[in-house]
Formats: sequence, structure tokens, C-alpha cells
Amino acid sequence: MGEISLKLNGKVETRDVADNTLLVDFIREHVGLTGTHVGCDTSQCGACVIHLDGVSVKACTILAKQAEGADITTIEGLANGDELHPMQEAFHENHGLQCGFCTPGMVMSAVEMVTKNKDISEDEIREGLEGNICRCTGYHNIVQSVKAGAAKMGGKN
Amino acid sequence: MYSTKYVKPNSTTEALEAIKSLSEGKFLAGGMTLIPTLKQRLASPDGLVDISGCKLDSIADEGETLKIGAMARHISVAESAVVKMAIPALAKLADGIGDRQVRNRGTLGGSVANNDPSACYPSAVLALKATVHTSNRSLAADDFFTGMFETALEEDEIIESISFLKPTKANYVKFPNPASRYAMVGVFVAQFGDEVRVAVTGAGEGGVFRHQEMESALSSNFSADSLSSVNIVSDGLISDLHASAEYRANLIKEMTKRAVA
Repeated sequence: MGEISLKLNGKVETRDVADNTLLVDFIREHVGLTGTHVGCDTSQCGACVIHLDGVSVKACTILAKQAEGADITTIEGLANGDELHPMQEAFHENHGLQCGFCTPGMVMSAVEMVTKNKDISEDEIREGLEGNICRCTGYHNIVQSVKAGAAKMGGKN
Repeated sequence: MYSTKYVKPNSTTEALEAIKSLSEGKFLAGGMTLIPTLKQRLASPDGLVDISGCKLDSIADEGETLKIGAMARHISVAESAVVKMAIPALAKLADGIGDRQVRNRGTLGGSVANNDPSACYPSAVLALKATVHTSNRSLAADDFFTGMFETALEEDEIIESISFLKPTKANYVKFPNPASRYAMVGVFVAQFGDEVRVAVTGAGEGGVFRHQEMESALSSNFSADSLSSVNIVSDGLISDLHASAEYRANLIKEMTKRAVA
């Protein structure tokens, strides 16, 4: 056990955690933000993707202790009050989901890849979503959503 | 995951002290293999020594060689202007590992120390005549990999950096498992003047290996045609649900042809 402190969606969160606590459990169970999902729990599906110091990572494959002092954004931290993030808006408008379980991870991956490459191509989007698995949609609308989100975020493609 | 203890030292000296204080401690780098292994309870170390605070992530062009810190993440190698200039094939290899979340966390040192038979990096280390610098010695790549998931590393030894010899030219081509992106077969070809080294990953039952016959064929004639007469035997190759040994043997030749084409 030991205390950890990190910034979660702009707010400092300090908790006592066991050393073997996964970051995703810290976020969901200790802090109570359940937007970050656990799909496979084996690092494959990407439902648990969050941003750790600006880069996308799978929160089920990191210990909470490894994130001591980090700046974390989860799906709950994207919107500005009632105003959705452009990528969230794009998923909504393009129906980039069916059951919605994988969506938080998809959106978090999409935001990172577009932030790094705003003129992203369709091939690059598909490549960039390698670590996110959706069992409903066949990816078509997800890819369209990311494309539309990229345009809203200032991209030219 | 079994209960364990986590420590994060600020130097390799402290990390070595920390590992000595544990009976079955493990070094934790990017954790992309170790954390899933712990979650499946396939390992139960009494402590994890996180070496991400040990400042081992530098990337430097040192003239004849390119030196990369053990904690350099795959994304850093893939995007590094220094790597792209010195050994573009290495940047390409790093860019093809796993998915973007794995590349954001996974490290060179972690991959090489784990020596997964399907990992990409060991082939680059072997083909690029790399030297593995550890906390107490320097090891030539040819002496480093000793078998599947086995290396010459001692339990309390940390890889600090790896120096890759800059080739005249080099390429890495893999046939990825479509789900995991691990190499079903990956071939790293490096040419140093008249000498050619060919390292194969994803295929050998003993892990990464050099293919002497393809090396001599390519040394005398660096072209895909020169490989036609080389016979790739399937003895000692992995057969699993993804591919038979015979299929992998065929892939080895095909990937090598693509690498030199």
C-alpha cells in the first residue's frame, strides 16, 4: 500500500492504493470515473485507452503507481462542460458506434492520433485504430467519425 | 495479479540495490509484456523495480554507431530524426511494433531483455552487430541471445543502452500476425560493405537466429534473385496455430526477398 497522487481531468486525486492496483481500477473503482471501460483486460481491445501525459495508453496494462504525478485525461475530461469535444461530436453525428462499449477508447485513440497528425488519411486512421477493437460496427462509421473529427479539429482531409 | 511491491529508483545504482533486496524481483520497463504476464499470474515476483526513472532513454548518433537507451520507447525510436537519418530501417521496425498504445509504452530494452521469439527488435540487434551495454559489461549481439525468452543477462543486470552499428544499407520486413502484430516471420537484412547479415525472428524454436546461407548468397550478390537457390529448411522452426514450420520457412525466404528488393 502507499499513497499516490496524480492529476485526473485537471483535478488532483490522492488515494491509498495497493502496489498491484491497475491504473484502470484506480480510475474506475477508487475515483469512480467509469467512462473508461475494461473490455478484454488483456491489453488487446483498447476500451480502456486514456491519455497519460498526452499519449494514449491502455490503462489496464499500467499500474496506478507507475502513473504517480502524471497528468491523465479520460473520456470524461474531453468535453468542456456541456460542449462536446469535436471528436465526440463527430462520433455522435456519424453514428460511429453501435453498443458503445468500445467508444471511449476509440475516441481517446482518435483524439491522440489527430492531435499528432491533423491532416490524417483514411489509411492512417485505420492503422491508428489497430489497438482498438469494435465487435459491432465493422469500423466503417468509426473511421468516418475520426475523419470528420479531424476536419473539425482543423485538418484538411 | 498476486500482491507485489513497487519501487521506482532514480538511478541504475539504486535499481540494482533495490533488486538485491528482493528474493525474486523483476525489473519493470514499459511493462507491455510483464504487466499482462503478472495479470495472468504467470509470474509472481515479490517486487517490481521500475527503471523508467533511471534516465536511460537517450538516443545519440555516435559516428560509427547509433546508441539508444534501454528505456527509449518504440514511439521515440520510430519518430526520432536521429534514428531516421542513421538507420531508417530501425525507425521502420519500431513503427511496426504492436499498436500505437504499445508503441507509446514499450521499450527497446524491455523487448530485447525479454527476447520473445516473435519480437521484432532482437532481429535488429543481431543483424546490426549491436553491442548491448548492461550495468556491468558490454555484450556482442551474437553472445546475447541464448534461446527462446533466454539471454545472457543475469537476474540483477540491467540493459542500459544498445549501440547499433550503422550499415551501408538495411531493411526490415515482417509478416505480422494480423491480430497481435507480432512477427509470424520478420527478417532484418543489413549490409556492411561486402558483408551481409540476415537475422530472422518469429520463426526459430530457439528464438532469433542468423541465416548463414542467405548471408553468403547476399554477400556475393545482393539481390532477391540470389536467394532463389537457397534452401530454407523447416527443422527447428516454430509450428503453432498461426503457421506450420514449412509455411514459416517459405515466409523467411519471401520476407528476405522483399527486404532486399
